[in-house]
Amino acid sequence: MPQRGFPVVESLNSRPCFRGRALIALRCGGLLALLVLTGCEPGIFPSQGVVGKGNTTIMIDSLAIMLAIVVPTIVATFAVAWWFRSSNSSARYRPDFIYSGQIEMVTWSIPLMTIMLLGGVAWRGSHDLDPARPLVSDEALLKVQAVSLDWKWLFIYPDHNIATVNRLVIPAGVPIHFTLTSASVMNAFFVPKLGSMIYTMNRMETQLHLNADQPGTFLGMSSHFSGDGFADMQFNVQALPKDGFSAWIDETRKGAAATLTSQTYQDLAKQSMKVAPFAYSAVEPDLFHKVVMQTLPPGPGPVVETSPGASKRGGK
Amino acid sequence: MLGKLTWAAVPLDHPIPLIAGCVAFGVVGGFVVYVVLKGWAPYLWREWITSVDHKRIGVMYIFLAMVMLLRGFSDAIMMRSQQALAFRAPGYLPPEHYDQIFSAHGTLMILFVAMPFMIGLINIVVPLQLGVRDVAFPTLNSVSFWLTATGALLINLSLVIGEFARTGWLPYPPLSELDYSPGVGVDYYLWSLQISGVGTLLTGVNFVTTILKIRAPGMTYMRMPIFCWTALASSLLIVAAFPILTATLAMLILDRYLGFHFFTNEAGGNAMMFMNLIWAWGHPEVYILVLPAFGVFSEVVSTLSGKPLFGYRSMVAATMAICVLAFMVWLHHFFTMGAGANVNAFFSITTMIIAVPTGVKVFNWLFTMYGGRIRYAPPMLWSIGFLVTFAIGGMTGVLLSVPPADFVLHNSLFLVAHFHNVIIGGVLFGAFAGYTFWFPKAFGFRLEEGLGKAAFWCWLLGFYLAFMPLYVLGFMGMTRRMQHYDIPEWHPWLLLAAAGVVVILAGIGLQIAQLVVSFRHREQLRDTTGDPWNGRSLEWSTSSPPPAFNFAVLPRIEEGDAYWETKQRAVRQHVLADEPAYADIELPRNSATGVVCAFFATFLGFALIWHIWWLAVVSFLGAFATFVAFAWRDRTEYRVSADEVARIDRENRSARRAALAQLGAAE
Repeated sequence: MPQRGFPVVESLNSRPCFRGRALIALRCGGLLALLVLTGCEPGIFPSQGVVGKGNTTIMIDSLAIMLAIVVPTIVATFAVAWWFRSSNSSARYRPDFIYSGQIEMVTWSIPLMTIMLLGGVAWRGSHDLDPARPLVSDEALLKVQAVSLDWKWLFIYPDHNIATVNRLVIPAGVPIHFTLTSASVMNAFFVPKLGSMIYTMNRMETQLHLNADQPGTFLGMSSHFSGDGFADMQFNVQALPKDGFSAWIDETRKGAAATLTSQTYQDLAKQSMKVAPFAYSAVEPDLFHKVVMQTLPPGPGPVVETSPGASKRGGK
Repeated sequence: MLGKLTWAAVPLDHPIPLIAGCVAFGVVGGFVVYVVLKGWAPYLWREWITSVDHKRIGVMYIFLAMVMLLRGFSDAIMMRSQQALAFRAPGYLPPEHYDQIFSAHGTLMILFVAMPFMIGLINIVVPLQLGVRDVAFPTLNSVSFWLTATGALLINLSLVIGEFARTGWLPYPPLSELDYSPGVGVDYYLWSLQISGVGTLLTGVNFVTTILKIRAPGMTYMRMPIFCWTALASSLLIVAAFPILTATLAMLILDRYLGFHFFTNEAGGNAMMFMNLIWAWGHPEVYILVLPAFGVFSEVVSTLSGKPLFGYRSMVAATMAICVLAFMVWLHHFFTMGAGANVNAFFSITTMIIAVPTGVKVFNWLFTMYGGRIRYAPPMLWSIGFLVTFAIGGMTGVLLSVPPADFVLHNSLFLVAHFHNVIIGGVLFGAFAGYTFWFPKAFGFRLEEGLGKAAFWCWLLGFYLAFMPLYVLGFMGMTRRMQHYDIPEWHPWLLLAAAGVVVILAGIGLQIAQLVVSFRHREQLRDTTGDPWNGRSLEWSTSSPPPAFNFAVLPRIEEGDAYWETKQRAVRQHVLADEPAYADIELPRNSATGVVCAFFATFLGFALIWHIWWLAVVSFLGAFATFVAFAWRDRTEYRVSADEVARIDRENRSARRAALAQLGAAE
């Protein structure tokens, strides 16, 4: 366990969400806290940021367009099926009603026109909300490099030369540019509240731009199954006010004892589950690119051979 | 001597799979012993196991599908109960076991429930509807079935010997590579699918040939029942798509067995290639399943509304359009890979275009019912349940095809809810509609209706209860395949979903009860005329169950709904058509090729999984020798004499005459 002995920023039993809920409980008082069970906000509604809001807007618009067709179709199904039941003597039996050019025209046109409209929405949306597209903002963007490991997340802040594990802190109102990769198997980086997820893959760099409008604590996760420790690849995303974020940077630089070097990285890359969040006060330059280019070797996979019939590895 | 196989392969420390496996194999073994003691073994061997009759093979396919449905459903029960319990708790299934369960659930349900169910229906019905005596290659058909059974057997063997894949139903590398999955789980997956995939491909070849080349005189393409069209489309998709699966899995096998680097982390491997290839098969695969289901609904809706299908030509066009478009949409399974806005938008729009022919089909079913006289027998209930459920599932599918929506819903429980919505609501409801519709044809007695209706309502209600909460959970940010979770908001919805599974369980129980009750009351439920639904296509013109040769004399087809007009003429004139001139009929002899070949294939698969190389060589040679022996045999057919044909057909004719007389008396 590479993180043993490092000053852990949050203790093990404060799993994601616990802290946020405790804060709300303090603010709102015990009784109200029983009603407000939302600690960190897990869902995609109400969404935050340009991307999150854009995604959900398009989602709701598309849903509305389709419901306009689907609901009448379902109602018509029930109505026709019920009216033309064989026991209904007032329904007219028309066994020769098997073709009508006009009706055929309508049956092809309705879905076709719906799809043309929806296709336009999808085309625009796909371009406007392309994860690689930088956000327009007066603020200077913050770079974050994310690495998925077995089974935890490493977030490197190249501008500030610090890094965190299983905890993402961002300034609210500032566009964030994520560059992502994986040290081992595929994962997907996803903060439902802020929108778009993106895969992390070995020897690949994916790009993602997100922002949070308001301070808050959100659920972050891996949303692509990656093995036995997958369920614990969740983390808290804390959006802090800008000054709070600067303070956190300073605090981390001073407070965290561990530094992220090629050596400590390789310890971190070994498989481990339920890793409590912690931070690195300094990061070896260009470490992210060493991971992407596999100058640093990929995560080693299971060391203890627990699987039946496990093949001997090695010799590579 | 035994490769990697040691006693450690038996999961003595994991009581759940061990007990489940022992119970399953105990039941199967007990059944075999019972059959042998009762003296039924020679009958089973002669009439079923070595049968090359398409109807018998179809029945065996469906039997396999139903048994595997029970297995896959037990996995579902375990997943739902695990997630109901695992809120801030480990639950009762550790990750290494839970991961195998959802992987096995998906693999079994798609490849060993939905596929054999549809192929079984196609087997029973298509030659009858085409008015012919058998498929193009009857022995090959038997080989196909037994190879599918081998795949199913190997997957179930992984319960007690070794483990199954922990990678999900599509083993994405690098997770499925040797570095991250060193156990035999992925190998079980790979060899089961390779062996059963050969069977499926052969089925595709068989039915493409049958439908294109072997039809009754006058059965032109545009007179074929729509189910034959959907079977043709599905078989064409199998022929085009399954080689992709075989090649993709072969590459992963080379990676795992011989140190290749197609998809590995290092040495230039690229996992993205696997995702493209596997979905280039995987998306057509869902149309392979759903197109025959569409065919079933078309037959059922038309027959039970007492009308020909509305817009037959549109239906044919829509079917073939879906068949082609199925190959142009695979990338929508990974919009979140970051391929870029243009690529995503292109595949988004091709995906939506598939909704057009599908929408046309829905409207045409609606207009088929319009002006009909709808009889609410269970097949019709399944069809209406499908229309409503599929409309919802289709809509959420199109929603997922919009990239920005997919960016927040991909891999979430919303996605899980969507594909269960179309696969249960579309494929499985179609399978059950077809099962209740054609059961009397296959066995000669009807299924009890009351229990059938009760089963339908349980399934429908259970489905909505189990999967609507999953849509909500998707919006709440819950991703799939979570062994445990800490978010309190998710918990009540997962409890609700678990309750839905209990209702579905009741539905399955009622279906089993229906089968048992119907069998015990088979004399009262006897289908004497061979035409229990007042059917329209040729399968209803022969007796139930049909004789081995299907039709005493090949019918001559002069219009669509081939049987309907013949029947109407008989009803108008109160007399059957004149007795035809009977002739000798040649039929293919039974062959043990399929089952012997599968016997060797089972050992071949097992040997390759466990690296028992000598056994692999021996069983491969055995399988090859079986083919050679088959190719060398000289007596391939037997003859049914004209007298025998006449005797059997006169029985059918007298039953129909009696029915006609009854109809005349009623008027």
